[in-house]
Amino acid sequence: MARTLINVPPTAKRGEVIEIKTLISHPMETGFRTGPDGALIPRDIIHRFVCTYNGEEIFSADLFPAITANPFITFTTVATESGELALSWTDDKGQTQTETAKITVE
Amino acid sequence: MSVWPRFLPLLTLLIVAGPGTGSAEADDRRSGFDFMGPQTQAMQSDDTSNPGMLAVLEGEELWNRKAGAADKSCADCHGDATRSMRGVAAHYPAFDTGTGGPINLDQRINLCRENKQEAEPFPWESEEILALSAFVGHQSRGMPVQVGDDSRLAGFIKQGDDAFHQKQGQLNFSCADCHDANWGKHLGGSVIPQAHATGYPIYRLEWQSVGSLQRRLRNCMSGVRAEPYSYGSPEFVELELYLMSRSRGMAVETPAVRP
Repeated sequence: MARTLINVPPTAKRGEVIEIKTLISHPMETGFRTGPDGALIPRDIIHRFVCTYNGEEIFSADLFPAITANPFITFTTVATESGELALSWTDDKGQTQTETAKITVE
Repeated sequence: MSVWPRFLPLLTLLIVAGPGTGSAEADDRRSGFDFMGPQTQAMQSDDTSNPGMLAVLEGEELWNRKAGAADKSCADCHGDATRSMRGVAAHYPAFDTGTGGPINLDQRINLCRENKQEAEPFPWESEEILALSAFVGHQSRGMPVQVGDDSRLAGFIKQGDDAFHQKQGQLNFSCADCHDANWGKHLGGSVIPQAHATGYPIYRLEWQSVGSLQRRLRNCMSGVRAEPYSYGSPEFVELELYLMSRSRGMAVETPAVRP
């Protein structure tokens, strides 16, 4: 599906605040624009982003039509244990893309 | 009483005496990067926040994908792009013996596609051609622009130079009227840069997508109410050539982020 760029530090100290950066390619079509034929282009945006850390939800966001194409989402969390971060984006077509990143906590 | 009233005249003086007088001399050249806000600069500098990198990744996939009647990928001839394409984009637009004139990187990619892969050339500004040129351009990031030392291109650079100084459109502006005479000042809310095209194809925030230098030039031309040249026209390639020869020695930034 879409291309993503994810930046999760591969290692962190226990209790350290880590920054997670995500970028995904998506047109984020607002539903307010008209095409060359004058008809409205149907809305197609990513409306939901969720990040889980070893299965537990640590960050989620609802996205709206005013958000740019290729949305960049960044947030922080506390590194508690080694494991996996799963990031998933869901768009109006019902497609969900999930990417994972490993982190080692010392 | 605050200290501001005392310093205000001094500040005004500094602003008035700021950049923007006369053309940019060789050692006074600045990339569009230097005119951006710190947030946009940070966006470009970090590969995981630079949306142009999405196009580079796409281009990498296309580089390795077989296409056309010849069923060859770019990699089948050119191999590992990190080595074979290193520094290549810094030489474009370059002289093409086939046409006897300059061609830009997009045209070079499409020539390869037509002649070697025997495939349909990508349309101008298509996602594919932008992705491939971003990928190839990215291999030269940080290297100095080398355009301008080919004697066969001297005449074409001169023509691009003339076009740059030619007044055009209902507003009767030449490129030089803004980018040489008034760089650093504002046009509406935007700072006027010096016209050094070191980061193309760029991710432009206004477009919310990647676009070529020719798309950017068309923007400027319609901005001065002139009829833009069509994509791939010799006038555009000469203008590109002149702009890159102005930037000779400056670092390639592809894929740059611009507001």
